[in-house]
Amino acid sequence: MNITTRIRKFPFWSWVWFLLGLLYFVMPLLATFEFSLGMERDVIGFKAYQTAFADPEFLETFGYSVFLATMTIIVSIILIVPTAYWIRLRLPEARRTVEFITLLPFVIPAIILVFGLIRVYSSPLNIPFTEVTLIKPLTNFNFGTNVLIVGGYMVLGLPYMYRSVDTGMRTVDVRTLTEAAQSLGASWYVIITRVILPNIRTALLSGALLTFAIVLGEVVLASFLGIPAFGPYLFLLGQHRAYEPAALTFATFLITWAAMGIIQLITGGQGQAAGAH
Amino acid sequence: MTQTTLPASKMPTPRSNLRNWIGVIPFFLFALLFIFLPSVRLFIGSFTNADGQFTFENVIELFTQKYILDSYLLSIRISAVTALGGGIFGFLLAYSVTVGGLPKSLRSALVTFSGVASNFAGVPLAFAFVATLGRTGFVTAVLKDVFGLNIYDAGFNLYSFMGLSLTYMYFQFPLMVLIMAPALDGLKREWREAAENLGANSMQYWLRIALPILLPSILGAMILLFGNAFGAYATAYALTGGRLPIITIQIGAQVRGDVLHNPNLGNAMAMGMVFIMAISLAGYSWLQGKTERWLR
Repeated sequence: MNITTRIRKFPFWSWVWFLLGLLYFVMPLLATFEFSLGMERDVIGFKAYQTAFADPEFLETFGYSVFLATMTIIVSIILIVPTAYWIRLRLPEARRTVEFITLLPFVIPAIILVFGLIRVYSSPLNIPFTEVTLIKPLTNFNFGTNVLIVGGYMVLGLPYMYRSVDTGMRTVDVRTLTEAAQSLGASWYVIITRVILPNIRTALLSGALLTFAIVLGEVVLASFLGIPAFGPYLFLLGQHRAYEPAALTFATFLITWAAMGIIQLITGGQGQAAGAH
Repeated sequence: MTQTTLPASKMPTPRSNLRNWIGVIPFFLFALLFIFLPSVRLFIGSFTNADGQFTFENVIELFTQKYILDSYLLSIRISAVTALGGGIFGFLLAYSVTVGGLPKSLRSALVTFSGVASNFAGVPLAFAFVATLGRTGFVTAVLKDVFGLNIYDAGFNLYSFMGLSLTYMYFQFPLMVLIMAPALDGLKREWREAAENLGANSMQYWLRIALPILLPSILGAMILLFGNAFGAYATAYALTGGRLPIITIQIGAQVRGDVLHNPNLGNAMAMGMVFIMAISLAGYSWLQGKTERWLR
């Protein structure tokens, strides 16, 4: 190979685009990191991180978001796995309807969802045509808003969770597995928990991590429902502090990175994108 | 779990019977409570006046109130610009790591990074961009100190249309990379070889063969990007504090009750958004059908 063809073979423009993209990715993180280190005058240090992490309100709100994310993931799995399984096994004619529903959150942005939820659940649920109240307005008490926000987060994560689970079930032959388990005398409960769930654990993990990444930084549902989660806390902190929000932003990025990195690792690059923008 | 209530006697016959629908009741109940009821409530509300009677007033007001129409247009403009810009840049990036001749290892790095960036949005993203391109931001300072270029004197402002677009780009082009990389893999080597054997150069191959095949998936992906930006709220709110009145921010103000006169107008504004999103999604699924003919 002579020198001219070698130059011609060198993918110059590909490198240009790639480096440009890399720059776009890295710059904001570098800038945030650099800024977060400058809390003490003339000293480069992790003071902002110490202060931010030591704030009891941070621990509370962050813990609350982790709790909400965990609840969302658990309830999603309980709801979606049996549904997807049932559709594969017994009810293929419901597939199109259910898939359509799982795509609806793409059409209904978070701000619209929370608007609708508040409109519906801020009035009490009465027995029809009477004044007898069955449930008081969900938006009025703690447990009620928690139910609403977990439901809302489930909706936001629905497209990713369902697709993840459904793809997982396609790769393992659920029908054969079920037949094998039944011929050994397993009950439905045992089939789901001991046969199906372990076989789709990769799909579950990637769906769960994605949901976790969505819920952790989510601010729209949480702030409109008045939930003391991490997103609203970070937003408020940004109103009157400078360095701590930068530190928390960088930390959030690292967590998102860890979640996505694990997904890439376990699914071999089949990860999906989501977002609560 | 409803399944436990059903007899585990024998494997199903493929014929459906009504009892099988019991298994999906929990899912439909969930969809009813958390998706359909809220949407239907907004839908009914947008055709109701303050006294609870049917009216078209709210919907008409969407088109006659200048500030609402302007908000829709601003949202559409910002979504279109970032979908186009993010789409083109994302496509070039996806091209560079798939068929562009870069080492294989860079591909998985880029895909992982894209997965992260497309999920890195909302408040943290806004803060990161303030630290980057704000008045005292890192890049702003570097440009000033090293290149002697003060971008704020040159008319740039992070808290404007352009600044918000640049911020949105951070989650837009990675999404394009994630969608386009598999599509570019679908280009068969034989097509290129056949074209070259017939004497086509690289330019002709791309313009006459590859791009026409990819066009539906490129357009489809850009529509997704459009919807992605159109529904965004937190990023814009955290960055501009509501000074850039895109439609999601206007709706947010309605939910908060900042705007006094007509609560049902808020419903109509929300329905207008859902309508635009639904059209986008319909366009997307139509284009998907076209794509599948070639790229499978």
